[in-house]
Amino acid sequence: MGESVHAVTTLPTARPPGCPFDPPAELTEAQRHGPISRFTHFGGNPGWLITGYDLVRAVLADPRFSSRRELMNVVDYPLPPAPPGEFLLTDEPQHGRYRKPLVGRFTVRRMRLLTERVEQITTACLDAMEEAGPPADLVTSFAKPIPAIVICELLGVPYEDRGAFQEQIDAFVGGETDENKLLAAYTATQDYLAELVAAKRADPTDDVLSELTGSDLTDEELRGVALVLLAAGLDTTANMLSLGTFALLENPAQLAALRADPALADRAVEELLRYLSVAKSFMRTALEDVELGGRTIEAGTTVVLSYHTANRDPGRFADPHTLDIRRQSTGHLAFGHGIHQCLGQQLARVELRVALPALIGRFPTLRLAVPAGEVDLRPETADVYGVRSLPVAWDTEPS
Amino acid sequence: MSRPRLRVDRERCIGAGMCALTAPEVFDQDPDDGRVLLLRAEPPTALHAAARLAAGVCPSGAVTLDEPESGGV
Ligand code: HEM
Ligand code: SF4
Repeated sequence: MGESVHAVTTLPTARPPGCPFDPPAELTEAQRHGPISRFTHFGGNPGWLITGYDLVRAVLADPRFSSRRELMNVVDYPLPPAPPGEFLLTDEPQHGRYRKPLVGRFTVRRMRLLTERVEQITTACLDAMEEAGPPADLVTSFAKPIPAIVICELLGVPYEDRGAFQEQIDAFVGGETDENKLLAAYTATQDYLAELVAAKRADPTDDVLSELTGSDLTDEELRGVALVLLAAGLDTTANMLSLGTFALLENPAQLAALRADPALADRAVEELLRYLSVAKSFMRTALEDVELGGRTIEAGTTVVLSYHTANRDPGRFADPHTLDIRRQSTGHLAFGHGIHQCLGQQLARVELRVALPALIGRFPTLRLAVPAGEVDLRPETADVYGVRSLPVAWDTEPS
Repeated sequence: MSRPRLRVDRERCIGAGMCALTAPEVFDQDPDDGRVLLLRAEPPTALHAAARLAAGVCPSGAVTLDEPESGGV
């Protein structure tokens, strides 16, 4: 039916009842009609929604699609360009100028060297949980602190500042929905990072930020880069840890398999990334008219790319709505694709590969402390999906 | 019989590390600039599948695999 184009108006706001890990029914339905649908953005602006794996990947690899925020045609007022250094929202050549000095710091090899440190941090969190005894909120005792401590070390946040800094960034990246509070937290974080950059320039230590002071980036740009690392790296990893645990607890056979054979951890992590795709969707704007999936995307039109739905494309992954930690999930889009593909993915992999097996190994009787239906899920409108809290319990050894 | 041959384009590489993760025997990343280093341009048969996968998942199209004319299927 070349004439009829499936249409979706605004992003759906709810997941299917009882299926907290699946994309909203409207998106799965759209995919059934074809990889590309007509879409109406938040402000009423006409656009497109892409749910098919191949097409999402094609757009992400195509330099005719832009990531620049000021080009996003989604509301009826102009959006400001990204502040200096916030390279997630830029195109080449600006993007490369920021990303290039960073990549040497985030290689597979360098991140693997961090494994031991991530193990220590994880052990400390698990010790504290065990000591306090059940029940525990997995978000505050495990999922948030691990990536927060890791990023503090990476950025070189001095030990004595960490408590205050973590509270601040928590409000900034933690799914806060009150606009005023969000702005206040954003400003406070920016101020702190500006101080940190000045301190590193004066007195470099062994961390990413200090190393970057040796590049040609200005202080303002460095602050922006640090902000992107926080904004992109914390909440995503924290939610993969908490939602990943929730998903394993809801799939006891998979959980048992992983617990019995830690060698499955690498595959399990890739599969959880695919299945959960907590960074659900991103946008790109066509810089010129582009033919895509038999449609013409007109210059200036913004497309929404649903990474989550694309990762559930039956044309790419057999039985896509089943969590199967033994499958080969490589090639998933949970970290995106193309020039913006996640800079911190190797770090995220190390954190997930260390922390999840350690958690289920330490607590063989780990379980939800509330019925699954009562777990406090983030609203679908949040940028990053996940849980607000995850009450868990376990049996303690009679002493 | 010629083997599949790999080429990498360091200018295109964005240092995502998918290659080094997927086929560590074939690819590494430069410790300074994070970009791809090709360890074996003509990997042995046992590594063909991993090399092919790495070329397929590279996010920037920096890895290409020239498959020799196979004549067969
Ligand atoms: C499991 C955890 C993570 C997930 C699911 C995730 C997901 C993503 C995705 C989907 C993108 C691409 C956005 C786009 O297509 O426009 C991205 C970009 C990015 N991520 Fe991650 N990320 C994670 C962890 C991290 C960590 C730990 C860091 C750093 C410490 C990080 C830093 C970045 C940066 C800097 C970018 C922007 C790259 C660019 O624009 O070139 N991420 N991430
Ligand atoms: S996968 Fe591609 S972009 Fe990533 S390091 Fe290897 S060659 Fe570079």
